Amino acid sequence: MQDGAVHPGASPSPLPEKVSVTLIVNGIERRFSVLPWVSLLDALRDHLDLTGTKKGCDHGQCGACTVLVDGRRINSCLTLAVMRDGAHVTTIEGLAANGALDPLQQAFIDHDAFQCGYCTPGQICSGVGLIAEGRAKTADEIREFMSGNICRCGAYPNIVSAIQQAMGAKP
Amino acid sequence: MIPFQYTKASDVADAVRLIAANGGAKFIAGGTNLLDLMKDNVERPTTLIDISRLPLNSVEETASGGLRIGALVPNADLAWHPLIEKRYPLLSSAILAGASQQLRNMASTGGNLLQRTRCAYFYDTATPCNKRQPGSGCSAVNGVNRGHAILGASTSCIATHPSDMCVALAALDATVHVTGAKGARAIPFADFHRLPGDTPHIDTNLAPDEIITAIEVPAKGFATHYSYLKIRDRMSYAFALVSVAAALEIKNGTIEEARLALGGVAHKPWRDAGAEAALRGQPAEDASFARAADLLLRDARPQAHNDFKVDLARRAIIRTLTQAAHGTPQSQSNKTIQ
Ligand SMILES: Cc1cc2nc3c(=O)[nH]c(=O)nc-3n(C[C@H](O)[C@H](O)[C@H](O)COP(=O)(O)OP(=O)(O)OC[C@H]3O[C@@H](n4cnc5c(N)ncnc54)[C@H](O)[C@@H]3O)c2cc1C
Ligand code: SF4
Ligand code: FES
Ligand code: FES
Repeated sequence: MQDGAVHPGASPSPLPEKVSVTLIVNGIERRFSVLPWVSLLDALRDHLDLTGTKKGCDHGQCGACTVLVDGRRINSCLTLAVMRDGAHVTTIEGLAANGALDPLQQAFIDHDAFQCGYCTPGQICSGVGLIAEGRAKTADEIREFMSGNICRCGAYPNIVSAIQQAMGAKP
Repeated sequence: MIPFQYTKASDVADAVRLIAANGGAKFIAGGTNLLDLMKDNVERPTTLIDISRLPLNSVEETASGGLRIGALVPNADLAWHPLIEKRYPLLSSAILAGASQQLRNMASTGGNLLQRTRCAYFYDTATPCNKRQPGSGCSAVNGVNRGHAILGASTSCIATHPSDMCVALAALDATVHVTGAKGARAIPFADFHRLPGDTPHIDTNLAPDEIITAIEVPAKGFATHYSYLKIRDRMSYAFALVSVAAALEIKNGTIEEARLALGGVAHKPWRDAGAEAALRGQPAEDASFARAADLLLRDARPQAHNDFKVDLARRAIIRTLTQAAHGTPQSQSNKTIQ
């Protein structure tokens, strides 16, 4: 779903125009123009050069693209950049503040909560969203409310421990 | 993805005007189903009308003691709304059994009703599918049909409706409020989704130029005796093979009112008036539940690959009614089935 990745055989007339979009990404206002079908994920990666957010499935099935929009975790592959005009977006690049890692980033390191690391930006953004929601408390609840993030390396137990640490709960 | 024009609706009247003027247009709310299908070239709208910022995002008390839920209330917010958790915990539970928290944060109440089947052939444009392309045939009838319908199917289509939330809304006797070029109307939940018949490309009785504005749930919330049990191939983040919403009113051990709705078994959330009637006036115990299950499944016709669904549904019905009767609803995070 890149710019110009038009399906063959589709009749392209009249060709849609680019739309101007403003996002506040990691606290910085970013203005850019995109075609209507550019997902928020592609806008972040291809237009704003924020490649920390990953594309796994592009269909809402893996969670690698998880970012926080206005403080809520969502799959950036299933929303259009044009629909998010004016929104505050936080990506993995924006979690560290004043040179200090977010407590969940540190907890992922402490608990070795990854192998290849491909799912990790999505896991961490999702975990930050989960902690902000304040609903999941027990390990069962953390597992359930993190189920939208698949880890092919199977780092799940360590991810749960990391989230527990960041929540201030006893591991 | 095909190219399309993008426009924002300024209010409900504007949305209706825009959709009525453009046969190739579609509304977009959360986008979680529509964009998914557009990426696979299954849905091909020429214009997207963005309704996501219309002010249809509140939950309000109705004069008759129910709640009116705006069509754009996100699934996550609805599940955790204090009035829903307190008075309609069945609805809350069913929503939390579906998708993931990220998706529930995006998905809207109205969009959830209109999500399309997850039949793999529907998604695969290289195969015939009457729902995607009327008249082309149904690949599932003689294909891989483990996940397909066992009730109410036709020779044209054996797909199931994938929603969890809708199963609870069916059990609760919700009403769908819509507005179109000809004005507003209210559709009882049971009449909203359709059986496939020979027109499986038409999922619902919503007219093409109508917008869902709200879902209303009546006063009766069954907050004491309810349960939502979802059986799937993995513990979370998977669609139902079979799901059951059960809601009871019990007085001195006798069932006074019963609601039973099934997901994953038909083209719409499945209710059976006969099975519910058979529960009323009966003791809240296994034998009554088993009789209702047998009644509900009396006309079940499994496909080549899903014989197992009939027995699974029977057991799930009995288990869910038992959980409801005992006041021990299924937890959606600890998946042990008590
Ligand atoms: C990986 C994955 C897993 C999922 N798992 C589950 C699950 O386990 N259980 C479950 O129940 N669901 C599941 N879902 C589906 C999800 O619940 C739906 O995609 C979602 O509810 C659709 O809502 P939306 O607002 O995003 O709809 P959209 O994608 O915006 O719209 C869907 C359709 O509804 C129309 N529409 C939207 N709002 C209105 C309105 N107000 N009036 C008229 N038309 C409207 C659109 O034109 C479109 O045709 C899953 C989805 C994904 C991607
Ligand atoms: S079951 Fe329905 S959706 Fe699936 S291939 Fe057949 S017609 Fe298409
Ligand atoms: S890339 Fe968005 S969920 Fe997989
Ligand atoms: S660390 Fe490799 S996919 Fe999760």
